[in-house]
Amino acid sequence: MEKMINLTIDGISVEVPQGTSVLEAARTAGVHIPTLCYLKDINAIGACRMCVVDTGARAPQAACVLPAAEGMNVKTNTPAIRKYRKTLLELVLSNHDKKCLSCIRSTNCELQQMCRELGVEDGDAFKGVANEYKVDDVSPSIVRDNNKCILCRRCVAVCSKVQAVGVIGPVMRGFKTAIESPWGLKLNDMACINCGQCINVCPVGALHEKDDTQKVWDALSDPTKHVVVQPAPAVRAALGEEFGLPMGTSCTGKMATALKRLGFDKVFDTDFGADLTIMEEANELVERLTSGGTLPMITSCSPGWIKFCETYYPDFIPNLSSCKSPHEMLGAMAKSYYARKAGIDPKDIVVVSVMPCTAKKFEAGRPELGHDGLADVDIVITTRELARMIKEAGINFNLLPDGDFDSLMGESTGAGVIFGATGGVMEAALRTAYETITGSTLENVNFEAVRGVEGIKEATVKVGDQDVSVAVCSSTGCAAKLLDSVRAGEKKYTFIEVMACPGGCVNGGGQPIVNADVRAVCDVRTERAKALYGEDAQKPLRKSHDNTEIKQLYADFLEKPGSHVAHTLLHTSYAARPLYKD
Amino acid sequence: MRERAHACSGNQEEEEPSMSQMDSNKYEELRKLIEAHKDWPGALMPVLQGAQEIFGCVPEDVQKIIAEGLGVTLSEVYGVATFYAQFSLQPKGEYVISVCLGTACYVKGSQSVLDKLSEVLQIPVGSTTADGKFTLQATRCLGACGLAPVMTINSDVYGRLTPDQVPGIIAKYREAQAE
Repeated sequence: MEKMINLTIDGISVEVPQGTSVLEAARTAGVHIPTLCYLKDINAIGACRMCVVDTGARAPQAACVLPAAEGMNVKTNTPAIRKYRKTLLELVLSNHDKKCLSCIRSTNCELQQMCRELGVEDGDAFKGVANEYKVDDVSPSIVRDNNKCILCRRCVAVCSKVQAVGVIGPVMRGFKTAIESPWGLKLNDMACINCGQCINVCPVGALHEKDDTQKVWDALSDPTKHVVVQPAPAVRAALGEEFGLPMGTSCTGKMATALKRLGFDKVFDTDFGADLTIMEEANELVERLTSGGTLPMITSCSPGWIKFCETYYPDFIPNLSSCKSPHEMLGAMAKSYYARKAGIDPKDIVVVSVMPCTAKKFEAGRPELGHDGLADVDIVITTRELARMIKEAGINFNLLPDGDFDSLMGESTGAGVIFGATGGVMEAALRTAYETITGSTLENVNFEAVRGVEGIKEATVKVGDQDVSVAVCSSTGCAAKLLDSVRAGEKKYTFIEVMACPGGCVNGGGQPIVNADVRAVCDVRTERAKALYGEDAQKPLRKSHDNTEIKQLYADFLEKPGSHVAHTLLHTSYAARPLYKD
Repeated sequence: MRERAHACSGNQEEEEPSMSQMDSNKYEELRKLIEAHKDWPGALMPVLQGAQEIFGCVPEDVQKIIAEGLGVTLSEVYGVATFYAQFSLQPKGEYVISVCLGTACYVKGSQSVLDKLSEVLQIPVGSTTADGKFTLQATRCLGACGLAPVMTINSDVYGRLTPDQVPGIIAKYREAQAE
């Protein structure tokens, strides 16, 4: 049994398990201690000192790194502590670019909120030399603005500890300290995988996505362009948060209506692309199984993961599924199948993808993802950018009636919807592969063993008389662990799903920002995934191969999964990338 | 006057010296050093110190070898190398001149000694002469306040300095080199 510790926080007695920090103990007592650098499960380093408390010790102590001790009497709200915190904030502000009005994080900035809550009256209490940095906006995905950085190191922790990438870190010392890549290199010169997890954890506006909304506005107002949009599965599970709806609210219908009101000519659904991916990927898996292909096969939907594999684990490139990701598949179909059906020159079609992901911006620019000199996808915007467009257009999102996606590529099954959560692609693929291999109907479509937010999940699935050993992992850090064990021969799998972001796309680098205080009390990944599994359960069709529009697509255009035309338009290849640019 | 190890050519450009220019023995020594420390917790610090001893500085290619050898990111290596003043990313000169700007030396006029050095060597503080002979740097208290103002040139200590002594001292080292 775990040992319990009794302590008093602001006069309230609490009992917590040994090893609990004073910060977490205070939470159980209903006492809120302000934090800036602390991020549950990711960063507890006592760097910002905002969480200082009075324990009767000589000096105030940082609660996030102070273990609760028996009999401890903690005071979190004394005049001295309040003054200490206020002074700290004033010092942070003395070297902070305070252009709050136009800052991307205005009203959603942890520093701004804290200044308000702690009553910081003078933003210029300490005037003096301030550092000036050039904004790094060379990456197609991520913009870094060190003028706004408060050196909390949350981005550093997520990049190195969670993602096992570590392309940024603190350099220099004292006043000159900055979060940078070695030798002042741009993020784009480093082996950054563009996942954007750094953006999601940044408390201020020092990290944000490369904004491509103007490109979309321009396309929409160009009368010669036929603009087609497609939102990813995970977008509908989180978009509502930008409009004050509770986390986990599914807003598929409102989203479809909003996209139409923004003026897109066609509103297709990446869920359809996901169903199409399953058709090709399940076929590829069956082929590899029956013809002695490279196993384990590993999914290829997550562009952050793909870049990670190409850079850090190039020996696994033959294991990667050759399938393009769902939105790339749909883009390729928009410029071929749809163009032909609608009688539109593919050159006049602009495909816009709304993604929970910043790495998709990089992916769309990969030269191999196109046909006849045309990119499959022209513009990628994130969930956050779509929300900004909806607000800018004056659309009252919460009052919108539910709408539908446009036919031809708007229908989807439950299998396509769950792509947005870790384990979803695996489950969707198993639903189809099972029926392909056994020729019989899969009665229970729920593969519970691959659901949930654990970083690495394993299962053995009975497919006919075969035992198929599968693994699902999310975060590239977990992928690294899993691949190390496969490489060492400790583990053997047939099929592996990897998503670059922890929890999968629902927690992607382009999703609405959830501040540390909320992350401390709820699991973003679980809440948003609920919206997707809820939709799946309610869908009349739950297997990709039952999608009637998919059947029509194969009958009219693609012939069959893995056909020559499917290979030309829906599959791709990968190449090893150097760790350092020369 | 102690000879300093030279990994890096006197070239002051940012350009990294190539493997062929370098003494391959030094790289061998670095590999052995990494091998010996690999499984230690906190191996980065002693390995960086050792590398600085071997090469006289820790340039980019050396940091990359250390990162790969210890299984840490280049960001981490670079972060530690730039945090501590003891590490130098660029090659240092054959003679490293350190002028103390600690309180005692400063009030005794060490700034004017430093200015004079900068003038005689024709380089700003914190840099190295084009011929790779001298590096001029300011340091914190050297602990020889009784001799203030103080400077060191490699392991030689000079105390109670005045700016007019500077040209003579520098000339001595230039001559030593010429011999």
